[in-house]
Amino acid sequence: MSTLAIKDLHVSIETEQGSKEILKGVTLTIKSGEIHAIMGPNGSGKSTLASTIAGHPRYKVTSGTITLDDLDVLEMSVDERARAGLFLAMQYPVEVPGVTMTNFLRTAKTAIDGEAPKLRTWAKDVRGAMEKLKIDADFANRNVNEGFSGGEKKRVEILQMELFRPKFAVLDETDSGLDIDALRVVSDGVNRAHSENDMGTLLITHYTRILNYITPQFVHVFVDGRVAEQGGPELADELEANGYDRFLAPAQA
Amino acid sequence: MTNSASADQAEQVAGVEVGEARITIPGMSEEGENLATAHEETEHSHGGLGESTVKAKSGGSRADRTTSLNVADFAVPTGREEEWRFSPLKKLGRVLSDAATQTPVTLKVRNTATGVTHGELALAQSPRGTVFLAADRAAVVGYSQTQTADHIKVAANTELSEPIFLDITGEAAGHRANGHIVLEAGNHSKAVFVMEHRGSADANLNVEVIVRDGADVTVVSLQRWDEDAVHVGQQDAEVGRDAKYKHVSITLGGEVVRLNSNVRYSAEGGEASMYGLYFADAGQHLEHRSFVDHNSPRNSSNVLYKGALQGQDARTVWVGDVLIRKAAEGTDSYEKNQNLILTDGARADSIPNLEIETGLIEGAGHASSTGRFDENHLFYLMARGIPEKEARQLVVRGFLNEIVQAIGVESIEDTVQQDLENELKIAGF
Ligand SMILES: Nc1ncnc2c1ncn2[C@@H]1O[C@H](COP(=O)(O)OP(=O)(O)O)[C@@H](O)[C@H]1O
Ligand SMILES: [Mg+2]
Repeated sequence: MSTLAIKDLHVSIETEQGSKEILKGVTLTIKSGEIHAIMGPNGSGKSTLASTIAGHPRYKVTSGTITLDDLDVLEMSVDERARAGLFLAMQYPVEVPGVTMTNFLRTAKTAIDGEAPKLRTWAKDVRGAMEKLKIDADFANRNVNEGFSGGEKKRVEILQMELFRPKFAVLDETDSGLDIDALRVVSDGVNRAHSENDMGTLLITHYTRILNYITPQFVHVFVDGRVAEQGGPELADELEANGYDRFLAPAQA
Repeated sequence: MTNSASADQAEQVAGVEVGEARITIPGMSEEGENLATAHEETEHSHGGLGESTVKAKSGGSRADRTTSLNVADFAVPTGREEEWRFSPLKKLGRVLSDAATQTPVTLKVRNTATGVTHGELALAQSPRGTVFLAADRAAVVGYSQTQTADHIKVAANTELSEPIFLDITGEAAGHRANGHIVLEAGNHSKAVFVMEHRGSADANLNVEVIVRDGADVTVVSLQRWDEDAVHVGQQDAEVGRDAKYKHVSITLGGEVVRLNSNVRYSAEGGEASMYGLYFADAGQHLEHRSFVDHNSPRNSSNVLYKGALQGQDARTVWVGDVLIRKAAEGTDSYEKNQNLILTDGARADSIPNLEIETGLIEGAGHASSTGRFDENHLFYLMARGIPEKEARQLVVRGFLNEIVQAIGVESIEDTVQQDLENELKIAGF
C-alpha cells in the first residue's frame, strides 16, 4: 500500500510578464487502488498539477510538498520520479523523431525495472498489450508518436502505463478526442492496471463521459488553481447536470 | 484548404529549438501547448486554391540568377554576393580560379551488372551539359576545366538490385582536381548511385543526373574527406515524366565543403526528394544549398536537411531555394532544415527561400529551426524513467537517424551510423 500526498502545493510559471501563480494551494491524498477524478474548466490548472507531479522543469514549486510514501518527490529528477512509480499520461504526447517505439519501450522498461526485460516474454507482453488496446502491430516499428492520430497517441500512453506498471498514474485528459470505441478500450486498460497492479489513479478530465467506464471513489472539482469542492461520484453527476457555473460564479465575484 | 492547412496547424504550435515536436493533436484545441519554451523557429505554409503568396526573400529572385556554361559570365566572387556571403572565400580561392587539374581524383566504379555502361563525354558532347547549368563561379570553372567527363548510364527498363558505387578519391591535398560526372538513368530504369568521396584534394566536382521518364533514381553523395580537403560542387538533376528522384547528401569530412544540389523537371508527375545530413566539428565549414525549380506543372518536392554542430568555430550553412514558377500549377512542395547545436562556439545559418508565382498549387511550406536540445523530447523520455544522459543520446541519434533512414542502402547506413557514433563521442554523447 502506497500513498501519494500533495500538501498545500503552490506552483508558478515564468512568463514574459513575470512570474504567474497557477496552483494556489492544492491538497490531495491518493492511496493505492483508489481512483480520484479531477474535474474542472479549461485553464484551471489541471495540466499544471499533472506536469508538476511529473517534474516538468517549466513549473516552479514555490511552497508545499509532494511525497510518495516516505520519498520527497520534489527533490527527485523527472526520471527518478518515473522510476519510483509515478506515471503521467500526457494531454499532448510528444513526438520523438528517429526513435522507434520498440527501442523506446525497451529502454524505458529497462530503466524503470533496473534490468533489461527478458527478450522473449517482453516481446510477447508488448504484442499482447498492443492487441488489447487495439494498436496496430506495425506501430512498434514507427517512431515515438510520430504521425499518430490523437486517439492513437492516447492509446499508446495507456500502453506504456500497462507495460511499466506504475504505482500511481496521472491521466491528463486521456479521454479528450477519443471516440466511443477508443474511450472504452482506454478505460479497460485503466481498469486492468487498477485491478491487476492495485494502481492509484488521478483521472483528470473535462467531461463526465469517461466516468461511465471508470468509476472514481472521489471527485474533486478544480477551479482557479485549487480544489473547490470534493465528494463522491454524485458530484460528477451534479457537474454533468449543471456544469461548472456554481463554482465559477464566486471566483468571478 | 489542402494538405498545407493541416501541416500548418500542426507545425505552428511546434515545440522548441530542434523541434519538429508537434505536441498538438490535430483537431484538438491548442490550450496547454505553451509547455514549449522560447525558441527560434520559423514555420510557414502557403498555398491552396486561389491564394497567391510570395515569400519575402533575402536576396534577389532565384529566377534571375545567372546560369551559363561560359566562364566569362561569372566574375570572381567578392563575398558580398548573395550566393557567397556565407562562404570562406579565402579558403575557396583555390577552387574558384579558372585553373586546370593538377592531380585528378580517381574514380572507381563498382557494379558491372548488365545494362550499366561507363563511358566518356567531351566538353560539348551530349548528353553532357543538357541538364547541367552552372549557377556560380565554382561550377562554371569546374565544368569548363574538365575536358573529359565520366558518363555512367543505366539502360532503359533496367532495374538494378545493387547500387552502383562510385569511389572518388582525392590523391593530393592542396592540389586542384576538376571533375564532371554524368549519371543517366534510361526510361523506366531503377538505380541507386553512391558517390563516396575520400582522401584529400582541392576538389571542384560537378554532377549531372538525367532521370528519364518513369525512372526511379537515388543519388547518395557521401563526403568523407580527410580534414584538409576542400570540395565545391554542383549536383544538378532533371526529373522526367512520372519519374522519381532522391538525392541524399551526407557530409562528415573535409575542411570546407560547399555543395549545391538542384532539381528541375522536364514534364509532369515527377517526385523529387532531397535529404542532407551534416556534422560539423571545430573549424569545419559545411555549406549546403538546395534549389528546387518547379518549372512545370504537377510535380512534387520535399527537402529535408539536418545538421549537428560541435566545437569551436564549427560552421554550417543551409540555404534552401524553392521557386514555383507561374507555369507550375499543381505543385506540392515542402522544405525543412533543422540544426542541433551540441556545444558552445558553433554557428549554423539556415535560410529557406520560397518564391511562389502562382496561387494554383497544392501546397508549399518551409520550416527551419536551429537550437539546442528540445526540452519536450527530453521531458517525455525522462518521464518514462530514462536518465537524462541516455535520453539525450536517444534524442540526438533519433534526430540524425531520420536522414540515415532515408539513405536506403543498408551497408552505407551502417557505416554512416558508425561515423556518427564516432562524431558523437567527441562531445561526450
Ligand atoms: N507554459 C505556460 N505559459 C504560460 N501560461 C501557462 C503555461 N502553462 C499553463 N499556463 C496557464 O496556466 C493556466 C492553467 O493551465 P493548465 O494547467 O493547462 O490548465 P488546464 O489543464 O486545467 O486547462 C492557464 O491560464 C494557462 O494559460
Ligand atoms: Mg490541461
